Amino acid sequence: MTGNVIEVNNLEHSYGSLKAVDNISFTVKQGEIFSFLGPNGAGKSTVINILTTLRKLQKGEARVNGYDVATEPNSVRRSIGIVFQMLCLDHEMTVSENLEYHGRIYSMKKKERNKRIEELLKLTDLESKKDTLGKDLSGGMKRRLELARGLMTKPAVLFLDEPTIGFDIQTRMRMWEYLREVKREGTTIFLTTHYMEEADQLSDRISIIDHGKIIVTGTSNELKNKLGRDLIYLETSDNKRTAEILRSLRSVESVTEDTKSLRVMIGEDVTHVLPQVMEKIRREGIEIIIVNIKKPSMDDVFVHYTGHGLREGDENEKQQGIEMAVVSE
Amino acid sequence: MSFEFLAIYWREMVKYFRYKSVLITSMIQPVMWLAFFGLAMSDSFDKLTSLVPNEPGVPVVAYITYMGAGIIAMDVLFSSLFGGTTLMFDKKFSLLRETLASPVPRFHIILGVGLSGVTKALFQTFIIIGFGKLVGMDFFKGYTLIETLIAIVGIMLLVTIFTLGFLFLSGSIAITVENPEGMQSILTLISMPIFFVSSALYPIDGFPTFLKVLSMFNPLTLLAGGIRYFALGTNFSVMGNHYIYTPVDIAVSFFGLIFFALVMLSAAMWRFNKVDI
Repeated sequence: MTGNVIEVNNLEHSYGSLKAVDNISFTVKQGEIFSFLGPNGAGKSTVINILTTLRKLQKGEARVNGYDVATEPNSVRRSIGIVFQMLCLDHEMTVSENLEYHGRIYSMKKKERNKRIEELLKLTDLESKKDTLGKDLSGGMKRRLELARGLMTKPAVLFLDEPTIGFDIQTRMRMWEYLREVKREGTTIFLTTHYMEEADQLSDRISIIDHGKIIVTGTSNELKNKLGRDLIYLETSDNKRTAEILRSLRSVESVTEDTKSLRVMIGEDVTHVLPQVMEKIRREGIEIIIVNIKKPSMDDVFVHYTGHGLREGDENEKQQGIEMAVVSE
Repeated sequence: MSFEFLAIYWREMVKYFRYKSVLITSMIQPVMWLAFFGLAMSDSFDKLTSLVPNEPGVPVVAYITYMGAGIIAMDVLFSSLFGGTTLMFDKKFSLLRETLASPVPRFHIILGVGLSGVTKALFQTFIIIGFGKLVGMDFFKGYTLIETLIAIVGIMLLVTIFTLGFLFLSGSIAITVENPEGMQSILTLISMPIFFVSSALYPIDGFPTFLKVLSMFNPLTLLAGGIRYFALGTNFSVMGNHYIYTPVDIAVSFFGLIFFALVMLSAAMWRFNKVDI
């Protein structure tokens, strides 16, 4: 093997006339956490479903753990673990029975199975809940149990589709800690998310995906640095003219106009540039209402590359949150 | 040879024994049929038919013994027909995803659920035979120990094939429909003709011709007839009807049920291969 656990070349997938995945190529290296960041409907789940052999590959080539997704689906299935977007645990079985069932359907021997269950209960802090029925767990615990289940067979790569969707921030951050622990143990992780922070905090590398295409790929820092070193957030009495003035400055890399504000990317150390910028604007007779300096966030990266925020995604998330609530009852 | 179906079987059985209410009601139900329906019907039938002369030299069988075979068939029918419902809930709450995403062949899922249904059906069969003894259901009368054992094995085989057939049918419906109400109404619709157009509760000799023909192709008739062959013997009379079972009759029961189960299996495979996640 070449050190790539996942290799995807020119992958395409359509639903009827709708192209959900449009000529995507990427690789995931051994031992890294790789994220697909994008709004709902961007094609993330379709890619994950193709890679996990749940959806038939239409066009292109995909290999997981060295096996061809189209021609060796069973070998692929034996190489991977999956945490689905929707919770899917057996509520009528206990925590350890849920894990045991998973071990059984993958034909694990009893001794190996029991040993693995112990290890995973420890890893996910579910030891004390071992005999609790699935339905009596909290949302976060259910997710951790699913994580443990995904790891039962010691997969070469673990797929997570929106692993923290609908969770509060504390639960989400705890989940991240568990995922980092899984990575430390050497498991490669492929995840999809529409949470900027999740991609930023967890991933070694991120692909921003929108309308079925990969827009850009890199480490969190690479993506942010491409925007410039620092960012000035401005609100003035005349944003349009301010933008024109700033674009003529050498130290300014780009200016994005929002409805009320301006995002100004600076290539140099902002602390020296800012007084100069403010002076220039004031001299033109424009009043500065708000000024703020910050390091570019994944948010800014996303807006920069896709030309829009993740707002549409948030709407969908709300809806999905409701569905999840119904399901978990 | 792979044994993944045992994992599916294990899961079904864990849940069967976990819920004592389900377990106990499934055990009590056949007893209630026998105790209430059976005793009430047999008393009235025996009264009505007491005037019908019996052929001399033919052993007379009480109606409750005749009906006992039908009660087994009926009880097994209902538990297996509703047995597939578990798959509908698994699909509805996306539990099936985990299994469908694993290397387990889909045939194993159907087989695992089917075998768990067989286990439950056999429990119920034994309960009816055991409890029946107490209320005058006289199976295996005059049999030697060996004959009794052979008869029991025969009944178990028939019940197994029959149960698999109906679980495959039930599973195909479960995997196709979207909600419990739909499932419920389809099953009720199917179970009615199967139940009444059969020899489970009464002889079919008095049926109008077209119902008689229909009932001969009914798996429930095949099962009830087969159980009677093993439990009551090859030559008896009940309610003035003289029954002679030949080896051809029992062969028809066996092969008819096997044919039915195979057709249902292919239906189930067809539906299961269509399931998308």
